Amino acid sequence: MKWSRRHVLDTDDWSRDEIETVLDQTRAMIEILQRPIRRAPPLRGRTVILFFAEASTRTRVSFELAAKALSADVTNITASGSSVEKGESLYDTVRTLEALGGDVVVMRHASSGAPYFVAERTHAAVINAGDGWHAHPTQGLLDAYTLRDALGDLDGKRVVIVGDVLHSRVARSDINTLIPLGARVTLSGPPTLIPTAWRCGQLPPGVTYESDLDRALDGADAVIALRLQRERQESGLLPSLREYSRVWGLAAERVARMRPGAPVMHPGPMNEGVEIDAGVAHGSRSLIEKQVTNGVAVRMALLYLLAATVPLEERG
Amino acid sequence: MRCHQTYTSTSATTFKDRSCEAGKERQTTTLLEADDVRRAITRIAHEIVERDRDLSALAIVGIRARGDALAARIQAAIRANEGVDVPLGAIDITLYRDDLTRIGYAPVVRESEIPFSVDGRVVVLVDDVLFTGRTIRAAMDALVDYGRPRAIRLAVLVDRGHRELPIRADFVGKNVPTAAGDDVRVHLAEVDGRDEVEVVTRVPA
Repeated sequence: MKWSRRHVLDTDDWSRDEIETVLDQTRAMIEILQRPIRRAPPLRGRTVILFFAEASTRTRVSFELAAKALSADVTNITASGSSVEKGESLYDTVRTLEALGGDVVVMRHASSGAPYFVAERTHAAVINAGDGWHAHPTQGLLDAYTLRDALGDLDGKRVVIVGDVLHSRVARSDINTLIPLGARVTLSGPPTLIPTAWRCGQLPPGVTYESDLDRALDGADAVIALRLQRERQESGLLPSLREYSRVWGLAAERVARMRPGAPVMHPGPMNEGVEIDAGVAHGSRSLIEKQVTNGVAVRMALLYLLAATVPLEERG
Repeated sequence: MRCHQTYTSTSATTFKDRSCEAGKERQTTTLLEADDVRRAITRIAHEIVERDRDLSALAIVGIRARGDALAARIQAAIRANEGVDVPLGAIDITLYRDDLTRIGYAPVVRESEIPFSVDGRVVVLVDDVLFTGRTIRAAMDALVDYGRPRAIRLAVLVDRGHRELPIRADFVGKNVPTAAGDDVRVHLAEVDGRDEVEVVTRVPA
């Protein structure tokens, strides 16, 4: 299929074809990362601006490696130590980014929807690297790639997502990518951390909620544990981290309820001993390190599709 | 629309705008039939061995999407003649093309497979049609990202002329004089269900 998107803001309106195009390109990019010289030239002369207004290490580094592997120039703008901290508005930051002449702006922002605001006001292609509780499309795509690589065709496969679904852009983006590929998703987690409508049965097609994690895991094909933000306990949504770990943590005997060899994933960074036991996180079922390496390749695929073929005279 | 004809039109990774040909009469001539293709491949396999007697240092790398099929056939011919399995690879040149910004869409990048070290080897690149030479330039740039071959040679089924870069083939199935606007189409059983090479000539209406 011919790629026609200019930005990657959310995957909620992506077709199966579009998702599969990205995943297929990802496979070719992984091969590049295994060469002695891990670099190909399609983004020579292009500038990728990494605008991270919210803390992130692995996503930012992943995008940076991806851009460099395609020979782009990379510039970082982080919130701390930049004019954002001095009170510059998002609009002024966009004007600055525009003046700097980036071809692609990769942005993370605490406010849901911020990448849409930027995309409407710049010539650059915008990739959402996580906005508030809304979406983290590259995480959804890399999780789908990792699962497809491990399980083959995802048609009919059942994936459990456990944890703080309410505040999780990862959960939303995973659902938006896995469902069009034919997978089913079972959500599990404390009722206080599941969106009310979803808990009450108004779920997207293909998605179910199971309040008992053991039942959710019975016969499942894979599980994705979400990171628990410690401030959820302080805000009264959780009684204690110990109780959370006991009821919702991925321990070895729980994981064994899934199909034999069914993989375990986590978007990172992990709270070992809270949402996942160290033995499971580093055990034979764990694909957590694979997720990190696949993440670079997924981001290369998107950078290639968005920026490599735009005529140089049409930008900026 | 502009009309680009820099890459051979028969390869799946290439682009050709046919809109500029509308209204012209076309005449299709068969250049090579299945038996001719088979004989050309056998001859190229013999020539490769004659040129580099040290088969232990040889490797064959096909350029996707038809060069890889030809490379596999040449490798099989060398095995049949010499009883030696020469390492076989396939390379995708999409990310190395010099016309990505001119073609208006993102062509599909396929996985390259070079399951051996190219360091110190004589690597024979294989493609279906040699035309402008730009595909070969891209393939050489891609190949040296895998290491430093002792030599790179080039085998093609058809050389149709009209080079735009200083590149020539070491092993040629058939030299065919063509007009720049002609279309040389290579069909291979692995990809197209049959072996045949045709040239489509435009006749002014």
